[in-house]
Amino acid sequence: MSLLPSSLLDGFTIIMTVSGLFFFLAGSIGLLRFPDVFCRLHALTKADNLGLGLIVFGVLPQAASVFDALQLILIWLLVMVAGAVGCYLIANQAVEALSKDADGQSNKLHEISMKSTLKPIINSSTGITNNGF
Amino acid sequence: MIEYLSVIAGMLILVLLVGLGRILLGPSPADRMLAFQLFGTVGASILTLLAIIQDQSALINVALVLALLAPLTLITFIRLRKKAL
Repeated sequence: MSLLPSSLLDGFTIIMTVSGLFFFLAGSIGLLRFPDVFCRLHALTKADNLGLGLIVFGVLPQAASVFDALQLILIWLLVMVAGAVGCYLIANQAVEALSKDADGQSNKLHEISMKSTLKPIINSSTGITNNGF
Repeated sequence: MIEYLSVIAGMLILVLLVGLGRILLGPSPADRMLAFQLFGTVGASILTLLAIIQDQSALINVALVLALLAPLTLITFIRLRKKAL
């Protein structure tokens, strides 16, 4: 801590926390604005981990002791693992719900589901030119 | 420095409000659980900042517990949904 002047460390903290806040804002705006559950997943789960990592990285020079700093890094690693697992589970569940929905008779809710995106490929393989685009 | 970190924590609370909007709007339960994942990470970072602002390293332990419990809630939700489908 005493090796570097404290203004330099403060500047490092300011830059890192502002960029972390930027990534959090980008992820949350993507969560609010994107049209599909998969797009939202894509926006959130990456920006989220990066935002927390940058904030932890920026706060690290301000930590009171080495033990606190190690604990902060442990939080970051835990959130990265949890983000990866949660992203996979939510995507898996959403795909299963979607295919269940496409198999049933009522498919009004998901017009841009897997079924309707696969349809032009099937039509072009059978030689029918009218593929709906 | 303290004032500056407080401003950052306040902006993170705004991020939480944006996530709350997705919870209110979200058409499917998966969207709502995504917003919950945002709550877990943003909450952990707010608690980290508060630990520095108030000079209380116990709050880092609280952030650690939050980061541990958020994925458990997610896993429980996914298991219940799989049973329901």
